This record gives sequence, structure tokens and C-alpha cells, in this order.
Amino acid sequence: MAVASEVQADVKLDELFPAKPWHAVAIDLIRRYPLGAAGAVIVVVMILMAIFADVLSPYDPEENAFEFMLTPPGLQFWMGTDQFGRDILTRLVYGARTALFVGFSCAFIGAFTGLVLGVASAYFGGRFDLIFQRVMDVFMAFPLIIMALAVVSIFGTGTQNVIIAITIPFIPRCARVVRSSALAIREIPYVDAARACGFSDARIILRHMVPNVMAPFLIMISAFVGQAILLEASLSYLGLGVQEPTPAWGLMLQGGAEEYAESAPWVAIWPGIAISLAVFGFNLFGDALRDALDPKLRAQ
Amino acid sequence: MSDQTTVTEAAEAVPGQAPEAVTNRATGEVLVQVRNLKMHFPITEGVLIQRAVAHVKAVDGVSFDIRKGETLGLVGESGCGKTTTGRCILRLERPTSGEIYFDGVNVANLGKRELVALRQKIQVIFQDPYSSLNPRMKIGAIIGEPMKVHKIEPDPKARNERVRELLNLCGLDTRFADRYPHEMSGGQRQRVGIARALAMKAEFIICDEPVSALDVSIQAQVINLLEDLREEFHLTYLFIAHDLSVVRHLCHRVAVMYLGKIVELADCDELYDNPLHPYTQLLLSAVPIPDPTVEAKREHQIVKGEVPSPINPPSGCVFHPRCPRAVDGCSKNVPEFREVKPGHWVACTEV
Repeated sequence: MAVASEVQADVKLDELFPAKPWHAVAIDLIRRYPLGAAGAVIVVVMILMAIFADVLSPYDPEENAFEFMLTPPGLQFWMGTDQFGRDILTRLVYGARTALFVGFSCAFIGAFTGLVLGVASAYFGGRFDLIFQRVMDVFMAFPLIIMALAVVSIFGTGTQNVIIAITIPFIPRCARVVRSSALAIREIPYVDAARACGFSDARIILRHMVPNVMAPFLIMISAFVGQAILLEASLSYLGLGVQEPTPAWGLMLQGGAEEYAESAPWVAIWPGIAISLAVFGFNLFGDALRDALDPKLRAQ
Repeated sequence: MSDQTTVTEAAEAVPGQAPEAVTNRATGEVLVQVRNLKMHFPITEGVLIQRAVAHVKAVDGVSFDIRKGETLGLVGESGCGKTTTGRCILRLERPTSGEIYFDGVNVANLGKRELVALRQKIQVIFQDPYSSLNPRMKIGAIIGEPMKVHKIEPDPKARNERVRELLNLCGLDTRFADRYPHEMSGGQRQRVGIARALAMKAEFIICDEPVSALDVSIQAQVINLLEDLREEFHLTYLFIAHDLSVVRHLCHRVAVMYLGKIVELADCDELYDNPLHPYTQLLLSAVPIPDPTVEAKREHQIVKGEVPSPINPPSGCVFHPRCPRAVDGCSKNVPEFREVKPGHWVACTEV
């Protein structure tokens, strides 16, 4: 029978092209996206730093030790100490924890909310879509940092409020991008098929449309993490974000740059490098992800 | 039935065509009645305050019946409104006006909640098997989902069993349940589409060009499958197609559409052997004969011009600008859809 022969043909194909082992896939990816791989390494190192902060650093990140105030980098303190005698490397490692916590929470909450709202907007269409998109336009009209400043000045400072402040401007940005992909998916017959099966709107949105807009969504998330880290650093630098003595890169930069730029430059340089590297890493990773997920680019 | 009276009343209220006579069939219980169905899509202008500047008259006053167990073919060239008619019956679109009775219930005005019950009885098979299955779901989940949502088979184990049964029924190996759509060929995917329609235990299936996207050898298999299932489950089909030979093989009756209107409706053999409407005659003469010597000698009738825009259809009979037999009156009078022979309906004044 024809069906049986088709099944057989498939089996033979599987034998002809066996699945590659994972390390071969990894080497292949590194060769094709060297910058993306570098980004991934930075991201992974940062995540490991954040997870094993307690194990990695021998010092307390928050306790003052005035006998070691502003010690230059050396054998005891590899990156020196700050104006309160705290080891900068320790605070940098713990700061990665803050940065990643804020970065990932903002990116995930903002992107997921935007994802559902964007797909819903495209699915329902019509007047709902029109009004919803105009509301999003209003949010988009504010630059990210101004929006975040406004939220912090309403809710006050602290890690939790920083997360809220950064998440809110992310939602419309994600919703807009996701909506455009969802609009195309809405016209594909499998969505009609789901409607013809009498599924609820929520089921069609969450189970049939959301999984199919994942490619732009993943790219948005990876870009958001980097942006959120930068925003958190900016807010902390301005004194509106994470508060002392919690270790945060923006805060360390502020403390160092204002008074000790000439006398003890290491206080500001290391957190500055950390912020740039982290954002750089996430952006490289996001770009490579975009290329890898775009089938047109992959074919070349 | 109490609904029957409302049907007749509604039908009589409709001007122009004479649909009440369409119901007057000798045999068979009527399952679907479409009465003066119109689907006009607005073309809007303006950013915040949108207003309609024109309408695409995709379906413009269509009436027909489908009897229980019957297969009605709906043919016509691209853009004549046959798919839109199907989508209206499925209520994927809300019709602009007209009535659609399914088992005596007017489907056209049902609310969201009442529609859910209807969805289980009317199903659809789409034209393109590559885009009608969710690429992120396994075949088993695609077929099983409707049974889960509508609690037809709430127990996961029994549901799995039923999915496998349906796959077998549609000529697929049960192993396909664990595959993704992209791992299957077009014909296999179309079989999955059919299995999904059967999962709901539907009585009426709208086949929207189910074989046009498949190659010829697979077409025959899928057509035979549809035929077998029709016999086994006493299904009723609305078979939308543009391949006239496929329609002749499968359908009991055929309706020919042109620019949003039905121009001719008759029993299958009657329509093919004795087409009355000039458009049907031209359409049938365009079917190639699979014999090169006959095909070379045969005289071809060529339709002049292009299909007019459904935004601004011609006055009178919509076919008159291209009709070889048009007379002066054709541009003024809308032809009545009348029964010229028992069961043979034509919308043409010159027949």
C-alpha cells in the first residue's frame, strides 16, 4: 500500500541522516556564529558568577572594613576596595546576581505580558486592536529611561520597584513586535480550524497562536535582558534604583565616579567594564539567535 | 417541526430569487438550507474613525439546499465566492444578511455560546494541508484536542485509543500520532485534516478544495477516502472545488457560482450532459479531454474579457459583459433563478 511504503521511506531517511551528537551541533554553531558564541560565553560566565557568588568570593559584599579603604588592586584584593573598604570583586560578583535577577525578571514578565497582549490584540482585531495599539503608542512615546524614572518617582526606590519601572515600558515594545507576527498567523488556516472546532478564544491564543510567534519573542527576550541590565544600572546610578548597601553595578559606578575618579579610578572602572560586557554579551547572543532562527538567513 | 414554518416565512420575505421553490424537492430530508446569503466585506478608509467606502460583494444572494447524506458540489473560478460561502456556513464569517438553517436552526445569528454546539456538527477540511495543521502540535494532539475540549472523550487513555482508531480509519499508521506535521507528506497531512473533522463526530463536512493542493495520484486516494467515509458515517458534504472532473466523480448535485451568485444548479449528470447556462457551458468546455487526438480536433470556446470586480459588479445579469448569448435586456434585468426542468435551476433569461 502507498501509505506503508511512505512510512518505510521515512525510516530509511532517518538512517541516511542520523541525528548529530550534541557536541557536533555545538561546534557547528560556534563555527557559524562565532560572535554569538562569545556572547553566550559571557552570558554563561555571568550566570555562573551569580549562582556561585557565595562560593567564589571570600569577603562579605555589604560589611564595611575601613582599615582597607580604597586599597588599589593587588594580591589580597584583586580589583581593589571601595571607599568603605569592601572588596570590589566580591561586590561585582554579587552585583551580577542583582543585575541578572532584575534583567531576567523584567525581560520575562515584560515580554510574556507583551506576548499575550500582542497576540490577543491581533486575534480579536477590529476596534479592540485599534484602541489597544493607540494605548501602546502612548507608552512607546516615552523614552525607556524617562518612563522608568516616572514609575520610580511614583512607587519609590528599591529592587522590586525598579523591576516594575523597567517592565512597564517593555510590555508595549514586545506587544508591538509580536502583534505583527500574530497578524500573519491569524490568517493561516490552522487558526480557522481551531475556531471551527469551537475552541475558546483563550485556548486559540495560548495554544495555537502563541507557540507560533516564538521566534520574534525569543529575540525580544534576549535583547530585553541586556536592556534591563543597562536600565537598572542607569537608575541605580541616578540614585533611583537599587539602594546601598545592596551590591549593584550602577550603584558602584556612581559611588566611584563622583569622588574617586582621579584618586582611585579602579572603583569606577571595574563595574563600568562589567556593565558593558554584560550588555555586549546579551546583545551578541540575541543577534546570533535572530540569525539562527531566521530560516532565510540559515539557508545561505 | 416548528422551525419549518419560520423557514418558509423567511424565504418568502426574500425578494428577487424564488428560494421557497428550491426547498420543494421530491425526496430526502433537508439538512442545510441557505437563503439569500450575502457576505459583503467593507473596504474602509480613515485612521481613527473608520468608514466603509465600498463593499466587496464576495457572496451576493446565494440560496441552495443540501439534503442529508448528499454531496453538493460548489464550483466556479477563483474569487467567485465559493470559499466565502463555506466560511459563512461554518460561521467563520458573520454573514451580512441572509439565513443559514442547519437542522432547522438559523446559524447566521447564533451567539458565541450557541455556536460551540454547532461546531461539533459542522466541520471543515481545508485546501492547503501544509497550513491547516498547527506546526507546533503533534498529530495525536491535533486530532485529540477537540475530543478533550468538548469532553467527547475525557479520559486520556481512551482518547489516545480513539486517535489511533481515527488515524487507521483515514489510512494512516498509528505511529503518526507521535509525529509533527512537517514530518508528513501533503497527502498524509490531508488525511490528518479529515481525521480531525471526524473526531468531532460531525454530520456535515465542508470540504474546501480538499484535493487541489495534492498531486493527481494522491488526489484519487483522498477522494476515495472521502467517499468511503461518507458511506460509513452517513456524512453530508459541501464539496467546494474548481476541478470539474473530481466534482463529477464525487457529487450528487452541483451548483455553479459566478461572481457571488449561483448561476446553475442541477443533478450532477444532468448538469454535465445538459448544461443550460452559458457560463456553465463555457466552464465545461474548458475541461481538457484526456485524449490528445480528440483534444486537438475539438473546438474551444473562449470566454472574452476578465472576471469583473466584485466591488462593482455589472448591472442586470453579472455575466452579461462576457456572455456569448447576451441580449439587450441582460444588462438591465436581474435573471430569476428558476426551475426549468425538475431539479434543474438556472439564472438566465435566454434559456
